[in-house]
Amino acid sequence: MSTHDNLPATTAGDEAAAIEAAAAALPAHKPRRTDVDPKAARRAERQVSLMFLGSAVMTVLFVVAFVAIPVDESVYIWGFGTVNASNIALGVTFGLAIFLIGAGAIHWSKKLMNEKEEIQLRHSLASTDEDREAAVEAFDDYSADSGFAQRPIIRRSLLTAMALFPIPLIVMLRDLGPLPEEILRETLWKPGSRIITDPTGRPVRPSDLAIGGLISAMPADLPLVQEEEGNLNARAKAAIILVRMEPQEIVSQQGDNWDYGGILAFSKICTHVGCPIALYEQRTHHLLCPCHQSTFDLADSGNVVFGPAARRLPQLPITIDPEGFLVATDGFAEPVGPSFWERGDA
Amino acid sequence: MKKRSRRRSFGAGILMGGALLLAGSGYAVVNAETTPSPEPIAAEGSVEQIQVGRQLFLEGCSSCHGLEGQGIEADNATGGNGGPSLIGVGEAAVDFQVSTGRMPLAVPEAQAARKPPTYSQAEIDAMAAYIATLGPGPANPTEEELDLEDANIAEGGEIFRTNCTQCHNFAGSGGALTNGQYAPSLMDATPEQIWQALVTGPQQMPVFSNETITPEEKKNLIAYIESLKVEPNNGGLALGRLGPVTEGLFLWTAGLLSLIAVAIWIGAKVR
Repeated sequence: MSTHDNLPATTAGDEAAAIEAAAAALPAHKPRRTDVDPKAARRAERQVSLMFLGSAVMTVLFVVAFVAIPVDESVYIWGFGTVNASNIALGVTFGLAIFLIGAGAIHWSKKLMNEKEEIQLRHSLASTDEDREAAVEAFDDYSADSGFAQRPIIRRSLLTAMALFPIPLIVMLRDLGPLPEEILRETLWKPGSRIITDPTGRPVRPSDLAIGGLISAMPADLPLVQEEEGNLNARAKAAIILVRMEPQEIVSQQGDNWDYGGILAFSKICTHVGCPIALYEQRTHHLLCPCHQSTFDLADSGNVVFGPAARRLPQLPITIDPEGFLVATDGFAEPVGPSFWERGDA
Repeated sequence: MKKRSRRRSFGAGILMGGALLLAGSGYAVVNAETTPSPEPIAAEGSVEQIQVGRQLFLEGCSSCHGLEGQGIEADNATGGNGGPSLIGVGEAAVDFQVSTGRMPLAVPEAQAARKPPTYSQAEIDAMAAYIATLGPGPANPTEEELDLEDANIAEGGEIFRTNCTQCHNFAGSGGALTNGQYAPSLMDATPEQIWQALVTGPQQMPVFSNETITPEEKKNLIAYIESLKVEPNNGGLALGRLGPVTEGLFLWTAGLLSLIAVAIWIGAKVR
């Protein structure tokens, strides 16, 4: 009641007059074809019910398709190619079943439901001046009663308590797990680790790798470690690629004689966000990452020549063992893969 | 005069090669039993075949690769066309480049594209035989090596995912490299061409020699790629099997447009 009382000089008569004025300003109501032509109305009625019935049929067909079509059956559909019959049948029937209910409802409301214009008066959203003054007055009264302004020690201690309260939430973030410690700095590579092909697991002789060749490789103990640990963590760090170029094409390396006769070993993990990276252009010696197009020049210390990676690709020093197979001279000199908080600059 | 007669025999070779291809034979291998004399292009590895190959090379290739296949440096001053040396590239490289239509190059650009081959298989074999005499290089696979009957497709898939997907995409649809270059789709490549590409490393592709991926593993790998070609699109419209890029584009265009169309229908005035 009170809000109505506050409306400026509103009476039932005024409201009726306002509605009348608004109605007069409206364009003339044009009846739809379905309003004046009973035939059109019946046709619309049929269309709506057909859509609803169509939906019902599709639902039944969905169940039929679910039962009748084997999941591994393929079918050729023009424009789509060879597709899984069950998948397509289920998708089409279910999609149409739900779409036709919606479409029927829209068609029904547009063609047949009453479309008479309704006029509803709005009033200003702001409260009246008296209400606002009363609210300010009440706030001041209660503020004075509480003594918030007069008792600074209470005010300040309360503010201190509230300011400190969120700290436990931040401290608990620390409890999400142990710090990585050395895990991110260590890989399986150590002096003498034999290099084997990934995924076929054969040791590699220098002569196996042609000029312009590429091998995805891993340390020889990786398959066993992977089986023991039951995850891919060791592989995610130790994966490398071997490439071979003419020795005179090598501009620089990360260490003296880290190659073996033009064969270079680099970490396969991009230093940006750790995608496996092996788009090797054998003529430019550029290695591209498929995720964000970071590009490394393997002939020049694996330095970044393009893209978002901030650091060069770590190189693995290699040589051969007495049996003539390629081995690592040492582990990686720097952490492989993307940056992490505790990494430092090294 | 001798040269002319060789030309004539070579012309008959084209006809014979074309006829054999039309007959559905994948390889227009000249067979003494089915071809009456005179032989169009002489027997595999014969001096005659090499001579025909050299003739074809001089006519079609030497302007870029040099009269002795030694290569020509690109040079505007001398008009050098800049073709690499073919010494030691082997018959596999010739067969791959010419049978995929990449050579002869139509126009120098970032990358030679696949197009219908200019030469018949018999001519390609002759050119390959000639180039093979310039220096030892990767050979073509034997029929046995390409017998995919008992191949291990699962192992081939592992090799594919480790060595090929980075450039050629998880479904072999190809992908972009730098400076307008790209890794082509593998869907048009024949088993023999895949093998040849592996052992020769055409353009920017690294070499995967028979020591790094053994012939047995190559067979498995090729069988896997062949299985990709006939793999049904279980998810429906494949959109080039390119993953999120085309799928996103499709949703943002066709998907959004159809939503807008429905919204317009809902809001449209009824007459």
